[in-house]
Amino acid sequence: MSPESSSAGGAITRDEVAHLARLSRLAVTDAELDVFAGQLDVILGAVARVGEVAAEDIPPTSHAVPLENVFRPDELRPGLTQEQALSGAPAAEDGRFRVPQILGEEQ
Amino acid sequence: MSAPTLVDFDDVVDRYDPVLGLEVHVELSTNTKMFCGCPTTFGAEPNTQVCPTCLGLPGSLPVVNRAAVEAAIRIGLALNCDIAPWGRFARKNYFYPDMPKNFQTSQYDEPIAVNGHLDVTLEDGTVVRVGIERAHMEEDTGKSLHVGGATGRIHGAEYSLLDYNRAGVPLIEIVTKMIPDTGARAPEVARAYVTALRDLIRSLGVSDVRMDQGSMRCDVNLSLSPKGSGILGTRSETKNVNSLRSVERAVRYEMTRHAGVLDAGEKVVQETRHFQEDTATTRSGRIKETSEDYRYFPEPDLVPIAPSPEWVEELRGTLPELPWERRARIQQEWQLSDAEQRDLVNAGALDLVAATVEAGAPSGEARSWWVSYLAQQANTRGVALDELPITPAQVARVIELVSSGELNNKLARQVVDGVLAGEGEPDEVVAGRGLAVVSDDGALIAAVDEALAAQPDVAEKIRGGKVAAAGAIVGAVMKATRGQADAKRVRELIIERCGG
Repeated sequence: MSPESSSAGGAITRDEVAHLARLSRLAVTDAELDVFAGQLDVILGAVARVGEVAAEDIPPTSHAVPLENVFRPDELRPGLTQEQALSGAPAAEDGRFRVPQILGEEQ
Repeated sequence: MSAPTLVDFDDVVDRYDPVLGLEVHVELSTNTKMFCGCPTTFGAEPNTQVCPTCLGLPGSLPVVNRAAVEAAIRIGLALNCDIAPWGRFARKNYFYPDMPKNFQTSQYDEPIAVNGHLDVTLEDGTVVRVGIERAHMEEDTGKSLHVGGATGRIHGAEYSLLDYNRAGVPLIEIVTKMIPDTGARAPEVARAYVTALRDLIRSLGVSDVRMDQGSMRCDVNLSLSPKGSGILGTRSETKNVNSLRSVERAVRYEMTRHAGVLDAGEKVVQETRHFQEDTATTRSGRIKETSEDYRYFPEPDLVPIAPSPEWVEELRGTLPELPWERRARIQQEWQLSDAEQRDLVNAGALDLVAATVEAGAPSGEARSWWVSYLAQQANTRGVALDELPITPAQVARVIELVSSGELNNKLARQVVDGVLAGEGEPDEVVAGRGLAVVSDDGALIAAVDEALAAQPDVAEKIRGGKVAAAGAIVGAVMKATRGQADAKRVRELIIERCGG
């Protein structure tokens, strides 16, 4: 699993930044696209330096600690009350989290 | 959107080969969620089965439920899969509020079980081997309620309300390999597969597999290939298929729709569609804003799962008698022909008959009641056999009353009617309706004498040795006793009274 981008060559395009912004529902202005593309390019370039030392026989690391099979027994643990659960919500209704319109009118 | 052009089903299968793929989600009936200790009970007040972990609050950390992993491995083993010796969870990122974390934790390219199969028996006894691509672990999402707009649908809703009780409930997704070469039987194969999978998972005791409550859900993938071409078509994925009957209907509808698109020289759009229960059609769920770009990456908060061979074998040892093993055993024990066995299975009567036998009834009588009289009653009421308001124990009691001579078959049916009408236990119906067989010879003799006196010519024939004529008198006595006499005893008494 590798993050999907064409950053292997160290370059992230303005279009890719716009695409990621859309996936995250972030409103990014044209001017910001240029700024972020440049900044992300620097970050990816720095991270890509790992590739300089990673040999073929070293698999990508996903976990820093060599642990496996950490499980919990199937036992109930106290959770939150409805009031507690909703206490941080910007809006709630009928015991539920209220969120703004998700999708517009059908095309 | 204009209505799609549909092609007649027979015409479709003359010219196209359907290729099926089925994805089934099963909610596990563990006590707690996949990654936290919240309960999983269906139907609780909204947002009362939540905690910082399943709400995705900062600082919370998930920990895998051991029972869910065991259930996943057992399902994999029962489906003849290989169990992966090592695998990680991944984050599936998407912007949609049904997961408060903004991602769903799932196994992506490292599923726990791969490469199995399930043998599926069709109504006529044909066995189709369905290949299993994978079974993987993930978590269920919360439930959304869309408010405003015309239809309560997400499109045009003013806002949505979220209940996260279900968010994080363990799910197993079971994906078939492509199922080719089913032809006109594609709808039946799809239904039979989901039925067989449901029965299998139920026998494992890891889920209640209720399609009506959403603890088992099916997505139908379908494409058409021009007959004999071997060229795969573009597939559609139909969601929201929530009953066995709907599985069959969704496949059938999509076959006729795809053929219409292809015949018009157009291309089938690869898309998600939603099954409409009321019209048995599908409608496009294609949403411009939804992206396939899930940006999967390994879940850093969960360590890999590496089931040891010892653990896997230990779990294999816990597998119960599986449905096909049980069917084979029962067929042998009850000495059923293949046809009788099929009738029993197709009528959905196998478990009911088995339970009736367990309650003490002989298998022949138990089978007879369920596949004939009770099947008729179910049919008349338009319900499944197991939805009739009578239990196997009650049927066993009726059978016992018949074999002890307290009821004859006609009365027994009236007792069953009484139970179905909610009049209580069989014995209560017998008492309430006064249905016991008249076994008091004194009362019967009086009725016999009366009948003989009323038909002296018949009586004369019997006295003259024409025993066959006794039938008319038996009928009269049965009528006089409102069917409550034992016909065999009545016949004996008639012959006795006529000096036979």
